[in-house]
Amino acid sequence: MPEVKPMEGNQAVAEAMRQINPDAVAAYPITPSTEIVQTFAQFVADGEVDTNFVAVESEHSAMSACTAAAAAGGRVMNVTSANGLALMWEILYITASLRQPVILTVVNRALSGNINIHCDHSDTMGARDAGWIQLYGENVQEAYDNLIQAVVIGEREDVRLPVMSCLDGFLVSHSYELLQVEDDEAVQEFIGPYQPRYPLLDIENPITMGPLDLWDFYFEHKRDQWEAYGPAKQAIIEVGQAFGEEFGRPYGLMEKYHLDDADFVVMAMSSMAGTAKDAVETLREDGVKAGLLKLRAFRPFPSEEIVATLQNAAAVAICDRAASFGAETGPLYAETIAALYSAGMQIPCCNYIYGLGGRQVTPEEIVGIYRDLERIAAEGQPSQPLQFLGVRG
Amino acid sequence: MPKNLKQLSHTPLRLTGGHRLCPGCGEPIVVRQVLMATDDPVIAASCTGCLEVSTTIFPYTAWNIPWIHIAFENAAATIAGIEAMYKAHKARAAKGTPLPDYIDPDADYKFVAFAGDGGTYDIGFQSLSGATERGHQFLYVCLNNEAYMNTGIQRSSATPMGGHTTTSPAGSVIPGKQQHQKDLTACMAAHDMPYVAQSIPGRWRDLTRKAEKAFAIDGPTFINVLTPCPLGWRLAPEMTPEISQLAADTCMWPLYEVEDGQWKLTYKPKEKKPIEEYLEPQGRFRHLFRDEKGAEMRQKMQEWADYKWNQLLERCGEQ
Repeated sequence: MPEVKPMEGNQAVAEAMRQINPDAVAAYPITPSTEIVQTFAQFVADGEVDTNFVAVESEHSAMSACTAAAAAGGRVMNVTSANGLALMWEILYITASLRQPVILTVVNRALSGNINIHCDHSDTMGARDAGWIQLYGENVQEAYDNLIQAVVIGEREDVRLPVMSCLDGFLVSHSYELLQVEDDEAVQEFIGPYQPRYPLLDIENPITMGPLDLWDFYFEHKRDQWEAYGPAKQAIIEVGQAFGEEFGRPYGLMEKYHLDDADFVVMAMSSMAGTAKDAVETLREDGVKAGLLKLRAFRPFPSEEIVATLQNAAAVAICDRAASFGAETGPLYAETIAALYSAGMQIPCCNYIYGLGGRQVTPEEIVGIYRDLERIAAEGQPSQPLQFLGVRG
Repeated sequence: MPKNLKQLSHTPLRLTGGHRLCPGCGEPIVVRQVLMATDDPVIAASCTGCLEVSTTIFPYTAWNIPWIHIAFENAAATIAGIEAMYKAHKARAAKGTPLPDYIDPDADYKFVAFAGDGGTYDIGFQSLSGATERGHQFLYVCLNNEAYMNTGIQRSSATPMGGHTTTSPAGSVIPGKQQHQKDLTACMAAHDMPYVAQSIPGRWRDLTRKAEKAFAIDGPTFINVLTPCPLGWRLAPEMTPEISQLAADTCMWPLYEVEDGQWKLTYKPKEKKPIEEYLEPQGRFRHLFRDEKGAEMRQKMQEWADYKWNQLLERCGEQ
């Protein structure tokens, strides 16, 4: 029977991995995701999974071994954070280019330097062009649910792409919440058996994988890869619906919180969305038409759906938990206004960079953002297009 | 029983002709000799390098076996990942889950990595050390041509002292590389892995026998093969086997194996030749024959070769 129990985000991820029971996991511990690797290693030691767990000597080898293991023909998972993801960088692109549906949990953490172990999204935002699908979860339940869905999304025949399932370091990874844990059998049934394409272990049909690919073909291969992200978006929608039908918690590309009649919209990802929901409730009690667009899928980026969702907004605040140094805005802002501009929409928007290195974001600060939006809507444009929320000096 | 020459010659080619490696390149010779040494199914991984770029130019491939390249510094992690997946399926099968239909239940799969000295001695050393310590079943073959040949002949930690490369050039002040090469084979032996060896393409029986031994072991094995590069060594292409033999005869590259910790010479030259016989045919050492400074360098190199040879004899219980 499904049961509800208190769990940390990391434990919830490890629990989902146990239920998924992948063929291979190659991982290297790093704060704040270490506990997932430890917990899973214990599942292996206790015979609770069949997984071949490879305790590699670095994240670079972790992603190399995962990519190769997937290419050999099997379901593969991995876990990391921050600098660990950065060390995988080179291989992330190759995993996606080889179309290997490796599933990677990223417990988001600030990139060095200076070294900081707490949450921001600089790690996965930096990997946004690597070709991986990226799902961001708000809380412990979503971290669990997203990981199970990631397997199905990535392995779909028309997708065949690796997936990052992201949750906020410490804020979610180390927070206890009540988690609905589904039955092992139900999870297995939902993900189904792994169907490899061109496995290297198929000796009778040898293939050459990862060849030298020059000016005469590389471009076509990249264009082919580009075309997988349309089906990927569809897969996120359909798998989210199917998950809802099976387990009662439907998912999509985004969550729309009080958006139907919202004039003032905050757009955010991950745990900040939870805090923002409180702010929305407070403002709604005061009669302010506040709403929240919580983006779940950053890759593929659902431009069309964002445009459709924001079309009646009077002003939008786009919140980035990452800085894109040298750019004039954060990455979520840049992509969102590009989508709006392309659709011919001239909604006043502003950008908040917040929470770097684990800086707290309070409901009061988010209420302040909505107050800014009221002013921006009245004035027609923001006086300060970019603000650093809660920064001193 | 080791395969004889006739049996070897009847082994189907796993790396076919038509690849674009240079005339006289030692790499395909080594790869073929190694792959001839087993009739079991083999899956190969390569690091970035000459072998990779010259045998797999899309849409062509010279490989008749499953082959993968991911990146430069991870050949060991790559082959470990493939082996891990094979072992995962075998372990599940032992518990009653059917093997995937594309895996032959009766065959004994082998896993081999081919990597240059750049991908082995330098950028890929961590990956190799890690995979070895974890005990995966693989044969790792270092195609050691003693420099980064694929990028245009830059020094590596395998480049011998005095060697001219484009990043350790022979100049009017500095006569080539100033450091001795890393003794990687001994480093790998220090991992206490079940089988480590050095070989050359010029003695086919030595190399195929070592590969046969390595393939028979369910654990990590390593063969470091001195692999002449006519382009980088500035060597006549037809001299590839001969120059590798001279490396063994001068004890610049002794042939030996370390089996379960036991060091053993597999070839002892009847008469140890002076290193000049090995150096002189190679343009990369030409500057060492021009002046007094070069002679001093040769002296240092001879002393090092003697020191390493005596060290090896001692390890092999020959002294």
